[in-house]
Amino acid sequence: MSEAFLYTVEVFLNGLMAGVLYALVALGFVLIYKASGIFNFAQGVMALFAAMTLVGFQNGQVPFAHLINATFGLHVTNFGWNLHSVVAVFLTVLVMILLAWAVQRFVFRHLVGQEPIILFMATIGLAYFLEGLADLMWGSEIKTLDLCWSAGHCLPQGGNFWIEDMTAGLGGEGFYGFFIDSLDIVAAVVAMVLVAALVAFAQYTKQGRAMRAVADDHQAALSVGVSLNFIWILVWSLAGFVALVAGIMWGAKSGVQFSLSLIALKALPVLMLGGFTSIPGAIVGGLIIGVGEKLFEFLIGAPFLGGATENWFAYMLALLFLVFRPQGLFGEKIIERV
Amino acid sequence: MKMKFATMAVAAVMAAGPVMADLVFPSLSYRTGPYAASGIPFADGYADYFTLLNERDGGIGGAKIRVPECETGYNTEKGVECYESTKGEGALVYQPLSTGITYQLIPKATADGIPIHSMGYGRTSAANGKVFRDVFNYPANYWDGASGAINYLLDENGDDIKGKKIALVYHNSAYGKEPIRTLEELQKTHGFELTLLPVDHPGQEQKSQWLQIRREKPDYVIMWGWGVMNQVAIQEAVNIRYPMENFIGVWWSGSEADVIPAGAAANGYKALTFHGVGKDYPIYDDIQKYVVDTGKAAGAGDQIGTVQYNRGMYAAMLAAEAAKTAQEIHGTPDIDAKMMRDGMEALEITEAKMAALGLPNFGPEFKVSCEEHGGPGLVGVTQWDAAAGTWNVISDYKPTDRELISRLVAEDSAAYAAENNIEPGCN
Repeated sequence: MSEAFLYTVEVFLNGLMAGVLYALVALGFVLIYKASGIFNFAQGVMALFAAMTLVGFQNGQVPFAHLINATFGLHVTNFGWNLHSVVAVFLTVLVMILLAWAVQRFVFRHLVGQEPIILFMATIGLAYFLEGLADLMWGSEIKTLDLCWSAGHCLPQGGNFWIEDMTAGLGGEGFYGFFIDSLDIVAAVVAMVLVAALVAFAQYTKQGRAMRAVADDHQAALSVGVSLNFIWILVWSLAGFVALVAGIMWGAKSGVQFSLSLIALKALPVLMLGGFTSIPGAIVGGLIIGVGEKLFEFLIGAPFLGGATENWFAYMLALLFLVFRPQGLFGEKIIERV
Repeated sequence: MKMKFATMAVAAVMAAGPVMADLVFPSLSYRTGPYAASGIPFADGYADYFTLLNERDGGIGGAKIRVPECETGYNTEKGVECYESTKGEGALVYQPLSTGITYQLIPKATADGIPIHSMGYGRTSAANGKVFRDVFNYPANYWDGASGAINYLLDENGDDIKGKKIALVYHNSAYGKEPIRTLEELQKTHGFELTLLPVDHPGQEQKSQWLQIRREKPDYVIMWGWGVMNQVAIQEAVNIRYPMENFIGVWWSGSEADVIPAGAAANGYKALTFHGVGKDYPIYDDIQKYVVDTGKAAGAGDQIGTVQYNRGMYAAMLAAEAAKTAQEIHGTPDIDAKMMRDGMEALEITEAKMAALGLPNFGPEFKVSCEEHGGPGLVGVTQWDAAAGTWNVISDYKPTDRELISRLVAEDSAAYAAENNIEPGCN
């Protein structure tokens, strides 16, 4: 096989992997939008907040240490112990549930019945609040995320040598085998499990069915005894969990830092393409955007346009789809009768 | 009652107005936002040096120093707001640590007669003091950085890099594009192949660029990054097993925050520098004694000795030395911004002076003049030792291609002068 073809396949595969990571972020948006009609601008910041909280727990960091020290003249920074990653993840999930409760109790409960734009603006405020809270709790410095479930078993880093070696013989001397990031493979598996779990939860559990009922018609759900408050806390908790997973995968690549909140920008074209209300749509949309932008950069962007085309091409691709399917690939069809 | 009211009003006005005896060095810092990891140590170093002078020496020339801090979040609009809100306090010089903010402040500060010192960033052609009378960028600028990187590679390859493949991975912004022209000119001279690989802001996703590097196998990669782009690039280089010793970042891509997330695999990564690294300088004894032990360290006090902390301290030291020079020229400790500008233009940094300040061999010797606001452009190279968790200087400060850089500075500053009806000159 020609090297050009093999390298195109490599770019395609890496596009799929990148798409999975985009889809992980988009999933959180979909969950909340589907259940409450709120476009959660704070989803990216939730990923940052969750990842910072996880690392803080892992390292035994004292939350609000800077504030405590400045106020009381102390010098506390660390509890002196490190938590096992599994325990830290569990505690972080609890924090995200607490956050979901607080968001519902202090923000959205007071905004029931308001226009979607008001709810959207509330999430913008929430994003800024969470940014500040995360900095205040855990500090602004970059943190390394090492997630290990047992001794010697941590999130992998680097290219997968096995795939590289096994495929090196497919081309000539100028082909070095397919490069696939091991962390991306883990992310793909995690995303698949997550989607399967979410679908199973929505289909086969009482709370899941209640969640779907609220998504379909929250007034009808309310009339048959479904607690709207509980469902919204549940949905925000699930979105918080998805944000934690996205934060772990992205944070393991770049360190946990403020820029994690900007990964939301990568989810927007995915949502436009896949639809705001479909979990499979988020996955398929992510894959199409990932593959589309990587192939465009490889075949046209880098050789003819000077490179760095991925950001704008993702939006161009999403807009192109919108021309033909305004509701996105899997979104609910918009029917308006006059 | 009227008397009482009048007294209170006068007291309020005095409290609100600038204290004329203070020397005011505003710190346009960013302790929040995507670039906080670099902004915090720089701001800490800047503040701690002035605290040291206040505590140990009673200020500069007997005048106390005040460092009002204003948070910019690395946002250009906020930076301009910070400038507007602090300039009335008697600001002597601004060092905004942002090329974007610097570009916006150049016309404003020039009109207000307040000098700007953009050390290793900002508008490179500001080195021409005949056009940019109030702007200084000593001791080195971006184009020195580009030339310094190539000179280092020449040294490594017996002065011959003809046919070598060099890739530039750069932040796709005005900042990141700064070295391109210089590298293209140097390409003509030295015959290397240059590949340009832009990375869009913020740089969280760079798979395409590093797959291309893996395919094309350049001999060297030079990086012009900032913020998260640095950490991701170093991690991606590790992922594709690119040899770290052939990967060189500009000085804004060479701090602890850039390499630590990649762990031990980042060992051997290199970065340019124009000042010393680490804590092995006598000044740190004084900082410990007068600043840390007295509980007056800026921020959390946990950044001391990092690359960006040292850079902030160096920036403050150069400002303080310029203020001393201004006091000597004008014969008064109570200097204003215009006098400060005179001090900056007459600044001379010698090794004897640096050693006396507790910073021997920390930076190059240089002398500023009206014609040369950019300093000598001497560039060194540092390398990351992951096991020890330290940066080490591996190449002395060496001269860059001044003939080329002077020509480029002259061209760009002449264009700026023509656009803004500036008559170049030294009077």
